[in-house]
Parts: sequence; C-alpha cells; structure tokens
Amino acid sequence: MSQWLTSVIDPYYQQVLMLVGIYIIAALGLNLITGLCGQLTFGHAAFLSIGAYTAAILTRDFHMPFLASLILGGLMAALFGILLGIPVLKLTGDYLGIATLGFGEIVRVAFTNMKITGGAIGLAAIPRASNLINVTIFVILAVVAMVLLENSRFGRALKAIREDEIAAEAMGINAMWYKIQAFGIGCFLAGISGGFYAHMLQYLNPNDFGFLKSFEILNFVVLGGLGSIPGTIVGTTVLTLAPEFLRFVREYRMMIYGLLLVLMMIFRPNGLLGGVNFRRLLRRRKQKAAALSS
Amino acid sequence: MLLQQIINGLTLGATYALIALGYTMVYGIIQLINFAHGDIYMIGAFIGVAAVALFHQNFFLTLATAMLACMVLGVTIERVAYRPLRRAPRLNLLITTIGVSIFLETFMTVLKGPQPTGFPPVLKNVTLRVGTLEFSSIQLVILLVSVALMVGLQFIVKYTKIGKAMRAASEDYDTASLMGININRVISFTFAIGSALAAAGGVLVGIYFNSVSPYMGVTAGLKAFVAAVLGGIGNIPGAMLGGLLLGLAEVFGVAAGFSTYKDAIAFTLLIIILLVRPTGLLGRPIQRKV
Repeated sequence: MSQWLTSVIDPYYQQVLMLVGIYIIAALGLNLITGLCGQLTFGHAAFLSIGAYTAAILTRDFHMPFLASLILGGLMAALFGILLGIPVLKLTGDYLGIATLGFGEIVRVAFTNMKITGGAIGLAAIPRASNLINVTIFVILAVVAMVLLENSRFGRALKAIREDEIAAEAMGINAMWYKIQAFGIGCFLAGISGGFYAHMLQYLNPNDFGFLKSFEILNFVVLGGLGSIPGTIVGTTVLTLAPEFLRFVREYRMMIYGLLLVLMMIFRPNGLLGGVNFRRLLRRRKQKAAALSS
Repeated sequence: MLLQQIINGLTLGATYALIALGYTMVYGIIQLINFAHGDIYMIGAFIGVAAVALFHQNFFLTLATAMLACMVLGVTIERVAYRPLRRAPRLNLLITTIGVSIFLETFMTVLKGPQPTGFPPVLKNVTLRVGTLEFSSIQLVILLVSVALMVGLQFIVKYTKIGKAMRAASEDYDTASLMGININRVISFTFAIGSALAAAGGVLVGIYFNSVSPYMGVTAGLKAFVAAVLGGIGNIPGAMLGGLLLGLAEVFGVAAGFSTYKDAIAFTLLIIILLVRPTGLLGRPIQRKV
C-alpha cells in the first residue's frame, strides 16, 4: 500500500501532507479548548511533546505496537492536561494563557534535562511508523469526533461557557468540570498528534516544542476562524503549506511568514472561515438548491 | 557570599525590570501582551553594537542612540501593525505581535547571521572590592543606569501631563478618550518609552554578557514578561519589584544547585504566584461582573 502510494505521490509531498494532517489533529484539539470553550492556552506544544516522547519511548525502548503507544501517548498528554487544568483553569483570559505558557516552558526545560528523553541532544532512532494512510484515518476520526462533539449537549455547554461563564453557571452548567473535560480531550488530540510527529521525523528535540510551536498551532486556529472546524482545517493547511511554498525566497522565508501573519490579521480579523461550520455549510447548499428549484 | 549573590541577583533583576516595564505599560493601557517587545530589546542591543563598532561612541552616547532608534521602531510598529487592529478581537492583536516578533528575529538573522556576536569594549571592566565583597564596575553601571531610568520613568508618569494621561488611559480607556485625551498619542508615547527602556536593557545585557544574538529576545522577553506578571501586570512598581524578585530567585536557584533548571525557575514561580494571587503581587483583584 505504502509502496503504491510512493509511486503516486512524491515522498517529499507525502511528508508535507502528513505534516498537514498531524497539525490538523493538534489544531482540532486546540480549537475545542480555545475556539469552542473560549479558554486561551499558549502551551499546546507541551502536550504535543508529552505525547511524542511517550509514544516514541514506548515503541523504541519497549517495542510496543505503534497504535498502542500512540494511544498511550495521547492518554499521557490528557493526564497532564487534566492535572494542569484542575488548578489552572480557574484563571481567566490572559492569565490562563500566561500560566499555560509557563507550563509549556517548564515541560521543555524538563525534557532538556531528563535522561530518558536524551536531554538536549534529543531522542533519535525512533522507528518510522507514521504514513499518509494512518495519519489520514486519524484526521478523519478526529474531524468526525469533533463535529459530533460540537453538536452535542457537551458542545453546547462549552459554547455557553465561552459566551458567558457566569450566565452558563447560573443555568446549571458546571463550568469547571466542562472546562477540564474539554482541556483533557484537546490535550489527548495533541498527544496523538505528537506521537505521529515523532514517528514521522524519527527524531525529537525538546527545543522543537517551545512556545513558538504553541503559537504556531494557535495561529492555525485563529487564522482559520476560531470555533470553526472547517476553518481550523483550512487555516492549518494554508499556514503549514505557506513556508513550503516560500522556500524559493530562502532566508527571507520566515520574514515573509511573519509579515503574512500580520497582514492576514489586519485584513481578515475573523479568520478565513470565521463562523463557518459544517452544518451551516450543508444548510446553505440546501437553501441554494431550494432557491434554484423554486 | 550571601551579599555577593544578592548583588548578582539585583543586577540581573534590574535588566529584567527594564524590559518588564514596557510589557506592563502597554498591557495597562490596551490590555495587549506585546510579544514583539523582547525583540525590540534584541534590536536595541544590536544598535548598541553598531554604534560602538561603526562610530566608536562612548557608553552614554551608545545607550542614547539605541534608546532613540528603538523609540522610533516601537512607535512605527504600533502605528503600522497594531493600530489597524484597535477594534479587532484581542487574540488577533496578539497573533499580530507574534508575526512582528518572527519578522524582527528573522530580519536580524538575515542581516547578521544566527550566531552570537561579541559586544565591542565600551566600558572598562574593573573588579571593585568592598571588604570581602567583589563586584565588577559593569554591574555597578547596570544598577545605576537602571535605577536612574526607573526614577525617570516614575517622574514622567507621576508628574507630567502625558504621564497623567497615561494613568487615566490605563484606568479607563474609553472614559479617558471622552475626557479629551488623545488616546492614539498616549499609546504611541507608551510604546516609545517602553521600547527605549527595553533598548537600554539590551545594551546593558549585551555589555554584561558580552554577547548579542538575534534570538536573545525570546528568553529574556519571556522572563521579563513573567516579571511583569509577578508584580501584577499593568502596575509599574510591580514590574520593578517582579524583575528584581525574578533576578534574585534565579541567582539563588542556581546557587542552590538547580542550574540546569535555571530557565524553569521563573515559570515555576509564575504558576505558583498566579495560583495564589491571580493578578500578581501588587495587582488589583479582577471583578467578575454579571
């Protein structure tokens, strides 16, 4: 199967597409926390790295099957997310963002100093187990799960908390409990994404998961349109492909990338697909069809 | 030995405080975490290097050049990138600051290469001895210059008309503008002062560690930001207190044997303070309105 794939798609493009898929999984998790529930977090990369290191060490040193270590990495990230969330989620707005930023940096420094993670040198010789097929399957699973969640009782509770936490609590929603659950699920997705990342690059370095990576994922979500699942997918795709398309400008690449971020924020303040979700897309198509037939 | 560590901690802390003031003033007025602030500090250090290397200026002229140039830079960035987003969602503004930060870092990398450069000698480094106490003349200069700048800032904020306008704007942005305060001018002025202080910090740190690099703004900026939050973001004395506390905490943390975890000390302190006093040491509590 993978050989057939290689004959159809160039390995470089496969790598780029895989990266897009991996980031979509992480961005969907962040969209649940920040977009749907309204909780600002600047430390998402930390959960990516927890999942990545857990999964990588499990397959490399304990010879676990890839799928099992992937799930365990996700669960480990979720566990840390919940442990952090319980004290920290009572903070609001920027202060929550700042605290999660601090957590992200602590995790990075810890991974730089731990023996089992290879320290600052990094963790190498991770078996290659991610491929376009299993990444795609997980992206589809994650999208379906997120769409179902968004339109469930749980999703509506999260939106209520996002719009007005005090009012939501007055309506009998246990805001803290819902926020912790959303945080846990979002971190689980980050952990899965990290596991795929580790088994794609076959090498991990704690400095790849600094706060800039967290912001990169936040950019995906905000550029696409906060709270919009199609937006998250489009935003991630555009921003992951942008540096690849900009390769021809070489060293000016990241400069243009920074400029691009500023310009997009000025000219598309609500994101590319702000306020668009799958249900509304379908409804609009139906309305169009109805208008055409009448 | 203890006193020695305190001096080291205060020197480091004073530079954090200088950068933290810019974060705190901007946050106080427009509730924006300006992630590009650390990069202004970096640019300030590079301008300092250029001023010495190209024009052989003395220390005070170098400092003044860097501060003036960064003032212009800070105001320009605010005018071009942040002002169009004044009424946009706050998260967008935040991402814009990250975009600017990436832009400045890569601009400097393209210009000078990623590797650190030394700071050309501009101050004589003499070791001063008072009893058993040892400290360098550079440390003394850093402390004196930082204190002078902070006193100057305190004077501007407390006793000048623009300072009064700044305080009014940080109290209530909309009401202040209704009272005839030109908000745009106040914000530009805030960015100018904050950037100048960051540039001073950059030059001092560049001389102290004799190393300047395009990515020096990332860690220093984050730590200064932590200092601002520790003291209560939006609060000027709080930023100074936070900076000094952070410097002391790091020096004592290293002395206690946590040197490999040095960069985590600041953030651990941050989370603890946020959990105990969510708005920082000198911050006012947030009111939850129904």
